[in-house]
Formats: sequence, structure tokens, C-alpha cells
Amino acid sequence: MFILTSLVFNDGVKKSSYSTCVNNIVSNILQSSTLVPTPVGMERLKSVQHVIVVLSGKGGVGKSTVAVQLALALRAKGKKVGLLDVDLCGPSIPKMFNLEGQSIHQCSEGWLPVYVDPEQKLGVMSIAFLLENEEEAVIWRGPKKTAMIRQFLSDVHWQDTEYLIIDTPPGTSDEHISVMENLRAFNPDGAILVTTPQAVAVGDVRRELTFCRKTGIPVIGIIENMSGYMCPHCSECTNIFSSGGGEALAKEAGVQFLGCVPVTKELAAGVSAGQSATQLPSVPAIEKVADRLIALDKDLP
Amino acid sequence: MADVPQDAPEHCPGTESDSAGKSSACQGCPNQTLCSTAPKGPDPVILEIQQKLASVKHKIMVVSGKGGVGKSTFTAHLAHGLASSDTVQVGVLDVDICGPSIPTIMGLEGEQVHQSSSGWSPIYVTDNLAVMSVGFLLKGPEDAVIWRGPRKNGLIKQFLRDVDWGELDFLLIDTPPGTSDEHLSVVQYLNGAGIDGAIVLTTPQEVSLLDVRKEINFCQRVELPVIGVVENMSMFVCPKCKKDSIIFPATTGGGEKMAADFNIPFLGRLPLDPRIGKCCDEGKSFLEEVPDSPATDAFKSIIEKIRDYCSKRPVNKDTETGEAAAQS
Ligand SMILES: Nc1ncnc2c1ncn2[C@@H]1O[C@H](COP(=O)(O)OP(=O)(O)OP(=O)(O)O)[C@@H](O)[C@H]1O
Ligand SMILES: Nc1ncnc2c1ncn2[C@@H]1O[C@H](COP(=O)(O)OP(=O)(O)OP(=O)(O)O)[C@@H](O)[C@H]1O
Ligand SMILES: [Mg+2]
Ligand SMILES: [Mg+2]
Ligand SMILES: [Zn+2]
Repeated sequence: MFILTSLVFNDGVKKSSYSTCVNNIVSNILQSSTLVPTPVGMERLKSVQHVIVVLSGKGGVGKSTVAVQLALALRAKGKKVGLLDVDLCGPSIPKMFNLEGQSIHQCSEGWLPVYVDPEQKLGVMSIAFLLENEEEAVIWRGPKKTAMIRQFLSDVHWQDTEYLIIDTPPGTSDEHISVMENLRAFNPDGAILVTTPQAVAVGDVRRELTFCRKTGIPVIGIIENMSGYMCPHCSECTNIFSSGGGEALAKEAGVQFLGCVPVTKELAAGVSAGQSATQLPSVPAIEKVADRLIALDKDLP
Repeated sequence: MADVPQDAPEHCPGTESDSAGKSSACQGCPNQTLCSTAPKGPDPVILEIQQKLASVKHKIMVVSGKGGVGKSTFTAHLAHGLASSDTVQVGVLDVDICGPSIPTIMGLEGEQVHQSSSGWSPIYVTDNLAVMSVGFLLKGPEDAVIWRGPRKNGLIKQFLRDVDWGELDFLLIDTPPGTSDEHLSVVQYLNGAGIDGAIVLTTPQEVSLLDVRKEINFCQRVELPVIGVVENMSMFVCPKCKKDSIIFPATTGGGEKMAADFNIPFLGRLPLDPRIGKCCDEGKSFLEEVPDSPATDAFKSIIEKIRDYCSKRPVNKDTETGEAAAQS
């Protein structure tokens, strides 16, 4: 019989290259997991003006894609943006920016995000930067995940980031509860919910709306992704994943519908070809969401 | 001592020990909190589950590191395919606690679990196809399960121990994406009963493969055999002009190359077919609704390979060969 209890400890976090800083990380994680979540230690987040969480109950609906596109759209409008990936078992953001193999550096103010651009207008933080080997699984149960997320929220030096976008895994469990608990004191702008049109996805997103209500995070709106696909041979548009589910759910729940993002080859391919998402054409529906977020800001006193 | 982690301090009592996390050597060890709170020794429930599932011949997990690649769709259709012969008894257990899709895909939305003297009764699609999901315990479609790991693990334990499946030829377990509580718990609780293996789902693009490699790494580390890799959404056939196009390109070789890299079997490809999505939304079996299509043939060939894999394995190895007795 193999021993599962010991397995959780072989966590695949880099031990060699960043030995001092990473051992710290690991022990801090474990110690902080016993603390009651309070905003103490979260001072670094105070310099961040807006926090937006990208959520979906369903997997693979394009949360990471939307988070990346939204970050790029806000940057294109002159904002300084941070992107925090709290998907610990399946981080995608570094891959999407072609940042694999990069490591996190530490300065006196905390951990520095990995910047996508030399101007340092778009910084990324992800567990992928802490892993020794890209193929290694992060086999962690909830408490360890919670501690890691707490550490991401407390120890990253976002400098004067205007928009912090948080990409989450699917579900309503440890990662989500931890993010909400720790952010509550900072009045996050709210959550953007991503769905695809099918009933299976809409059903999960309906549950995610309940999660938002129960944890008290405002819902900015719902985006429907992968709405239709245009055949390259005959231009017939097929709703591979049916259509309209996102808008109907928004109406039913009384929240904003933020628009549809069609299935586009660039989005499916670009992030897969060892290129960076920064080279992709912008997505009109997400541009609009960025405009709306900025307008929202101006309306506030 | 097998249960001393690599990064343990000198004189570590071992994670299974009663003094784990509590001895003087544990002071300052980064793992101390985990050790002192983790349950010690083999959980007696593992034996209970082994006894309960002695009437289940084959247990198969469907996994993927990536979300939305078709785990639940595949699980449901594997079940329909296996249950297409009346004499084969099939059970589906959905351990996606926060995002259960199986009730919708199998047309069982709104059903409620009943308690009987011999445990929780599963919901039957047909006489030989039984299903259990957290979806049957919820009050309504908007009810969210906002649970941290330990509560999810508790429910999975109950699902494995308390559901009254009766005699089953196959128990298929649908999982959420990832390598965390649900996966560890299933593997751990079925340690005595034994799992035949895992089917790994992926889509062709690198963003999926990246996470799926981690899942295979998980299987290797918990010694869960991989039955094979299934690549879903491989190509799209236009319903109007019937020509193929690729939506999710396999820029790094797709599922087949990944399987070859890990030296595990590649079971086949499933095309993107809008009718599959529609059948899932309507809770119908695509195999019955569209009996002749390339996707149906692909499903059937993959199902055949899985049936084959299981038929070559000793039925319920622990009870019949006495391996369990030899182990303990
Ligand atoms: N509009 C789109 N058109 C084409 N492909 C898309 C589109 N949106 C997302 N994709 C592709 O679909 C796949 C899933 O997207 P993504 O990884 O963003 O989903 P996710 O919700 O973050 O998944 P997970 O639940 O695993 O975190 C990716 O390969 C992505 O490139
Ligand atoms: N081959 C296919 N052709 C068309 N649609 C498909 C195909 N496979 C799956 N789908 C659809 O894609 C969506 C995602 O599939 P499914 O829910 O089975 O994925 P999953 O891996 O179980 O997701 P999760 O990670 O959220 O559990 C569903 O709406 C399903 O109907
Ligand atoms: Mg993602
Ligand atoms: Mg699923
Ligand atoms: Zn066409």
C-alpha cells in the first residue's frame, strides 16, 4: 500500500534554484494556514485600486482566456494591470503569455510579479513560476491551497497596479472561498462570470451566482464565450455549443449581460503555438467590458 | 520508514504516527500543522468500502487536469455504451461536488436520492444503469455547494460506503478537473477495493495538454494505472458542407503524441459534433439518438477498447486472488 499522507508533502515546489525564498514560502504557507483570515498582512493589496475576479462554475469555458484578454484590453487603454492565477492544480496564464520557465524574484517589498512587457504594465503571478518541472502535479488538499492563495494575496508587491484580475479554477470551493474571505475588506469591484451557451455550463454558472450572492461579491456581469463557429469552407455559422444560454441566464438572474465572444481560430490556436497572447487580435466584446469597467470607475465619487 | 516526507526534519516520527506533528522534532517543521491534523493510519473506512464494493467487478475513474474537455460527456456515454447490453450492470458515480453535470447529461435533473435500509438508493436511468451525484441531494438548480475540501471528502466517503449499488459490472467515476481533494480521496478510499484504472480525457491544444500531463503525473504518483488517453473535440465537420475544419489545433502533437511520450495507450479521437452537446443538454444518449455518425463509431471503438482492457484484468482482484489478505 502506498502512503497517501506523505504524498501531499512532495509538492513539486522548486527547492533548489530559489532555495531560501521557497523554503520560506513553504513554511509560511503552512504556518499561516492556522490563522483566522483577517486583512492583517494584506497591506500590499491596499495599493491596488480595483480587483476583479473571473469566475465560472464550469471548467474550460474560457475563464483564463477572458482574464488574459481583459488584462490586455485594460493595458491597451493605458492601465497598469496585474493578473493573479489562483488555479493551483491547472495554471494556464503563464502558458498563455509564453512565460513558462520564468521564476519569481523577491525584493524587500515582497514577491515581484513576472512582467509580460518591458514597460511593466502587465504583471503575472502564478504557481507555475514556483514549480521545478512543468509536468509535475500539484497534489494539494484544501488547507495547503488556501495557504498558498493567502500568500499570493499578502506577499505579492503589485506596486501601483490599477486593475488586479484574478483567474480562478472552476467550482465553489477552497480557492474561491479563500479569495473572497481575504478580499472582502478591500471591496472588490466584483466578479465577471464566464459561461458557454450549453445547459450544462449555464447550470454550473447559475450555482456560481448563488456563490457570489452568499459571499457578498457584486456581479459585474456574465460573458457568453464560444457562441458560434464559422465554417472556413462555406461561412456557415454553427452553434457548436448551442447559443443564447448566457443571455437568458443573465436576464433570469437580473444581472448585466456583457456580450458574446464567438469561437475564433486565433483564440483557440494563438495561445497554443508557443506565442504570447499579446500578439492576438483584440476581442471586441471584451474591449467593451474593459470600457465599461473604466466608465464604472469614473461614475464613482 | 516509507511515510517520512523528503523535506522532513531529523527524527521525524512519520506522518502516519500518533505523534505526527506533535513530537519535539516537529517543532518548526513546515509540515507540522498538516501532520497534527491529518488522520492517522489506514482509515478503517477503506476496509468497509472494500467490503461494500466487493459486488462491483470493475472500477474506472475518468479524469483530466483540464476543465471542460468532456469528462462528464465521456463518462455518460461510456455508461450508455456499456449498458447497451441488458446483462451488463453499470453504475456512474459523480464526485464533482461543486459542479455536478451528470444529472443533466443523463436526463435526471430534479431527481432526489432515497434512503433505504441498505443505504442510499441510486437513481436509475434504465434497469441496468444507476447514477449517484450530489446533484440529487440539492434543493434546486441554483443551490451551490460552497464546501471546502474536508466536507467534500466526507461526502465522497459516504458515496463510496453508503450507496446501495447491488451487483455491478462497471462503476464509472466522473471527477472534476485537477489533482486535489476529490482525486486523492477517491484513490485513498478505494485503496482496498482497487481501481482498474483511469481514462484520461484531453482536447488537442497545448493549453489542455499542459494540465493533462500533470494529471498523468498524478496517476503515476498514486500508482493508479492509466487505461489510456482519449482526445475529444479533435475536428469539426460542418453540418452544411460536410468538410472538416480544426478548431482546437494540436500544435504540439495532441493527445496521441502525449500518450506516446508517457508510453501509455491512446484510445482514440472524438470529433466535435454539435449534436453531442445537444444530446447532453437534453439528457439523451447520443449513441442512441444518432446511431450512425463518425462520432458514434469513434465512441464505440473506444468503449470496445476499455471493455477489452477490463476483461483482461482479474475480476475484483482483491477478493478473488486474496491479494488484500496478503497485503495486510
Ligand atoms: N472564444 C474562443 N474561441 C476559440 N477558442 C477558445 C475561445 N475561448 C477559449 N478558447 C480555448 O478553449 C480552451 C479553454 O479555455 P480556457 O483555458 O481559457 O478555459 P478555462 O475556463 O480557464 O478552463 P479551466 O476550467 O481548465 O481553467 C483553451 O484552449 C482556449 O484557447
Ligand atoms: N465531442 C463533442 N462535441 C460537441 N460538444 C461536446 C463534445 N464533448 C463535450 N461537449 C460539450 O462540451 C461541454 C463540456 O463537456 P463536459 O461537461 O463533459 O466536460 P467536463 O470535462 O466534464 O467539464 P468539467 O471540467 O466542468 O467537469 C459540454 O457542454 C458538452 O456537451
Ligand atoms: Mg483556466
Ligand atoms: Mg464534468
Ligand atoms: Zn461548411
